[in-house]
Amino acid sequence: MTSIIWTWIAAFFTLAILSFLYKDNPLYKFAEHVYVGSSAAFTILYVWVFDAYPKLVMGFREKVGMQKYLLIIPLILSLFIILRFIKPLSWLSRWSIAFTVGMAAGLGITGLTQGFLVPQVQASFLPLFVQGPTTGQTILLTFNNIIIVFGTIFTILYFYFSREHKGLLGVSSKIGVTILMITFGASFGYTIMARISLLIQRVYFLLHNWLGLV
Amino acid sequence: MKLIFLLLLGQITPIVVKAVDTPYDAGGSITVTWELDSTWLGKIGRIEIYRYSSAGVSDSLVETLYKPDTIYVDNATEDNIPYFYGVVVYADGEIFGEGRTTEPAVSSQQWFNRKRLSVLIILLVYTIFLMYFIMRARFDKNLFIRKIAGLEAIDEAVGRSTEMGRPILYVMGLGYISDIPTVASLAILKRVAFKAAEYNAQVIVPCFDPIVMVAAQETVREGFIEAGRPDLYNESDIYYLTSDQFGYAAGVDGIMVRQKPGAVFLQGYFFAEALILAETGHSIGAIQISGTTAVTQLPFFIASTDYTLIGEEMYAASAYLSRDPLSLGTIKGEDYIKMILAIIILLGALMETFSIGNHILRDFFSIF
Repeated sequence: MTSIIWTWIAAFFTLAILSFLYKDNPLYKFAEHVYVGSSAAFTILYVWVFDAYPKLVMGFREKVGMQKYLLIIPLILSLFIILRFIKPLSWLSRWSIAFTVGMAAGLGITGLTQGFLVPQVQASFLPLFVQGPTTGQTILLTFNNIIIVFGTIFTILYFYFSREHKGLLGVSSKIGVTILMITFGASFGYTIMARISLLIQRVYFLLHNWLGLV
Repeated sequence: MKLIFLLLLGQITPIVVKAVDTPYDAGGSITVTWELDSTWLGKIGRIEIYRYSSAGVSDSLVETLYKPDTIYVDNATEDNIPYFYGVVVYADGEIFGEGRTTEPAVSSQQWFNRKRLSVLIILLVYTIFLMYFIMRARFDKNLFIRKIAGLEAIDEAVGRSTEMGRPILYVMGLGYISDIPTVASLAILKRVAFKAAEYNAQVIVPCFDPIVMVAAQETVREGFIEAGRPDLYNESDIYYLTSDQFGYAAGVDGIMVRQKPGAVFLQGYFFAEALILAETGHSIGAIQISGTTAVTQLPFFIASTDYTLIGEEMYAASAYLSRDPLSLGTIKGEDYIKMILAIIILLGALMETFSIGNHILRDFFSIF
């Protein structure tokens, strides 16, 4: 019985959200407010149960020595954020933000360089001629490598900001942006297919779980 | 004992086993290698790797491999303790070959990972360029940065929205304050807030993350102060919505259709909600300027918004809009690094094509 009630509630909210496709209406407003409100409340609980309590509260109880004292730093930074409610001390919240942004930027420099930049450069060192088992495959493999190597170089040139994109640089960056658009087009089609599968899943829920038609 | 007996009888093939400290790691790891005759490959059923201490403690089976590998990395060792390793190869359920290390292996941590030398060099060169251009930008205020259409359109979008008597909606996506696109988005938000204050327009910023909300409030406040209109700043226009992806999308959609902003800025890191937001913005007739580094969401923004900042154009926004020496120097330094990398890629491809240098460049950039 309980599952039937939940199925009806889920079906109601699915239809209420989908009704937005027609236009904004009271049903959508209701579903939207319930969704936003409940998810915000869930986030607060989630942060407490999975972050604050196990990492901070339990950390103070269970950790020993230096590890325990280190927890004072995030505690103080968290309190600084809360101090936004006290006008004369609200400026302290900037310290917490500055710490987080600085930390992220610092980690990002090495992380992105060794996680993305260097491996991508290395992956671009491809021979511009590949001997395949057949002539057709030789042409295809060679063409593929040429596209990767020169596509990468031309795309980098598109993101060159120090000079006006005129002359040779203009032509190169135009080729670069064309390659970008072809890539985006392929990505668009691929993602749309994934989204359609999500829609099919919701329609299947309505027709199967709720109405029992299929 | 049985093994030694069979070995003496010559029924078991001896295997050469070597164990060394795994190079360039944080310790706690020993790499064991052994040799397998190519004629055995079809016969091998499993390979057992044993670890035992020099003190003669009984062998412990650390891994069983079911394919003819010749390497195993033991990541469960303690540093500064000598270990010996044994490898037993089974074929058709019987012991086929056996070998043990003759020298002990001791794991330890290394201070420098030489495989990451390329990363260090790139960062050093980048830092040199950066410092040089930051210093140059202090004296030369006219360092050139090419026109970026999406950023040029900001003033137009804010102006149009003001003329229509509608608010401006600024969406920062699902990124956290530690995400670089979110930080870049804050730089654009400052410009939008500055212009909005000049034109006496309202800026609404619904946030996905509470810390981003705090940062956005500070940014908008600064923008209004710089424009000389701190009195117009309304903190409650920048608020927290929810940290649920589609809850956020539903909420922002609701704001769009009810408050009907004249300009919608979608700047930050976006996921699957990107198209939902951009399509709703399009349906209300708002001028939309999007920007993200999320490669999978860029196609949707390009298709459904008026202007799109693609990837690094977002990062260039700060320098482009503020023209301050630090940001300009950063962009210039990055540009030079990009050129160097483009040349290295071309050089690497040519070296691979003509088999020059025995893959020296490829190996140098191989960091894993």
